[in-house]
Amino acid sequence: MSATTLFDKLWDSHVVNRREGFPDVLYIDRHYIHEVTSPQAFDGLRKRGIPVARPDRTTATADHNVPTKDQHLPIKEALSRFQVETLRKNCREFGIELYDLLHPFQGIVHIIGPELGLTQPGMTMVCGDSHTSTHGAFGSIAFGIGTSEVEQVLATQCILQYKPKQMRIEVNGKLGKGVLSKDIILYIISQISSSGGNGYFVEYAGSAITNLSMEARMTICNMSIEMGARGGLIAPDQTTFDYVKGRKFAPQGEAFEEAIAYWKTLKTDEGAQYDKVLTFNAEDIEPMITYGTNPGMGIGITERIPTVAELKDHREEASFKKSLEYMALEPGSQLLGKSLDYVFIGSCTNARIEDLRLVADFVKGKRKAANVEVLVIPGSKQVEQQAIREGLDKVFEEAGFELRSPGCSACLGMNEDKVPAGKYCISTSNRNFEGRQGPGARTFLASPLSAAAAAITGKVTDVRELI
Amino acid sequence: MQKEKFKSLTSTVVPLPIENIDTDQIIPARFLKATTREGFGENLFRDWRFDNNGNKKDFILNNPNYYGDILVAAKNFGCGSSREHAAWAIHDYGFKVVISSFFADIFKNNALNNGLLPVQVSDEFLSKIWAQLEADPHSTIEVNLEAQKVILADGSSESFDINPYKKACLLNGYDDIDYLLSLKDRITQFESAN
Repeated sequence: MSATTLFDKLWDSHVVNRREGFPDVLYIDRHYIHEVTSPQAFDGLRKRGIPVARPDRTTATADHNVPTKDQHLPIKEALSRFQVETLRKNCREFGIELYDLLHPFQGIVHIIGPELGLTQPGMTMVCGDSHTSTHGAFGSIAFGIGTSEVEQVLATQCILQYKPKQMRIEVNGKLGKGVLSKDIILYIISQISSSGGNGYFVEYAGSAITNLSMEARMTICNMSIEMGARGGLIAPDQTTFDYVKGRKFAPQGEAFEEAIAYWKTLKTDEGAQYDKVLTFNAEDIEPMITYGTNPGMGIGITERIPTVAELKDHREEASFKKSLEYMALEPGSQLLGKSLDYVFIGSCTNARIEDLRLVADFVKGKRKAANVEVLVIPGSKQVEQQAIREGLDKVFEEAGFELRSPGCSACLGMNEDKVPAGKYCISTSNRNFEGRQGPGARTFLASPLSAAAAAITGKVTDVRELI
Repeated sequence: MQKEKFKSLTSTVVPLPIENIDTDQIIPARFLKATTREGFGENLFRDWRFDNNGNKKDFILNNPNYYGDILVAAKNFGCGSSREHAAWAIHDYGFKVVISSFFADIFKNNALNNGLLPVQVSDEFLSKIWAQLEADPHSTIEVNLEAQKVILADGSSESFDINPYKKACLLNGYDDIDYLLSLKDRITQFESAN
């Protein structure tokens, strides 16, 4: 048999039906749903008069538009309240488990799946959210889908998909001081642009990747979509098995040992072919920050914003100028020292317990600068409770950071957590699009450590000088 | 369920020569709170069309010289969030076709699943479209799905790709879920074998 990639193995073993000229019918092991992209899909089922095929393979939570304050009270905003109530009604009617507000398992859908052990190596997973790529960190195929596709999966537990091309991205070497996995992925996207992965599924490999914790690996896979790739995956190893072991919905006891025996086979064969291979050196990566309005517009913290003359492609000129005008930044200038108004620590990219620990470790005994407001939004109820058990809430309080309840929050500004027009926010989230954090908001994407440093100094800061 | 069909159309065009237009621009997150598919056109490109007080801004959709069933945008259209609301908003506003030199994957699927035809052309052909519209904003473009061709006012044309399955769905109004449900036995077999 010819050598195949991990992606080939996973995809091919989930194909229910393959027919010339047709997309593959791919079986989905786990379907995550949330309040924003599911209501129209349930309506579709009702119109057809059909049930959810596998409610047992479907998990729901409310995360995108929920408030992060007073979650015990009815949601104030009428449309958001109606959307969450619609999710409750749909889950009841179709028999789906819902981790609703105040439930100990509620949280951002891409944070709760892994922490509950619902996400496991070898699976196929989808959700009506582009950051579903996060779950690929476990050596699984996970990608975001639209609502029509959510309806396909609810109706049949299958989805129609053409097999994408495959790219291998290798990052080798040792990360420098103060450089996190967020910096690795921002660096890769800055090198290949926000469309450089379009049409591909990515496998990340190399020593700089395999040395990462599961949580750091999730940050990498999470932002695969930010280079246009449908998803990203990392072969499972002992780090993966140790993370999954003992989690609520993970296989237990003997079943776990059997699962591991299978999971150990999940790797790319020697000599397997990819459509594209890219290699980077970890030593070349410094703490990263974005300056523009797409995640590909990133630079090392000590670098300058490019000038028009330095653009790789002159056709980008109009978009580049529009972007800098929106950000009110000068081509060729440095971001270091730029005064900030907000710091957002949260999102499915960087709101796991490890992220909160990193931030708390750094800020312990320090106090935020007077010119910034700092919001810490844990990724889930479990992360929040763990943070409290470890006393991180006290550290944040003493530093003047506001720790709130879980949700997507100011990553996409669907609830009331928004950055006001014209204000600058350094954010651990994944998108710096115009208006993403609120109409007119200006976003700098960075790592949790860079965000923590900026919170203390009130300006864009090279965290390496403070550790 | 029978879906809307698409065969061909000839229309004036709305040009949007901006790269990397993400779905947050097409429909900002704060307008995603509806539980139906209708009405999103009202907020299409909301923050480019209107200022914070709801006054019209200098934007192509507010320019009476440009109208029609075809939207043309620069490369990497529809990147970012998977929100199908972006495709619904464009379709609900009245567009039937989007032409670009490059589409983000999820947006392309979402468009195809909603009777909105994404047509990918070469950079050179896109430049020709910009030139045609600059010379005459009221000129038309023909998009023929059956022949998989885009034809400009001067008769020059380019072929575009579309997967044969989706082409058949659009031409005949076929529905994905009907197709998947017809495979129910295969799916059950797969489940019991795994």
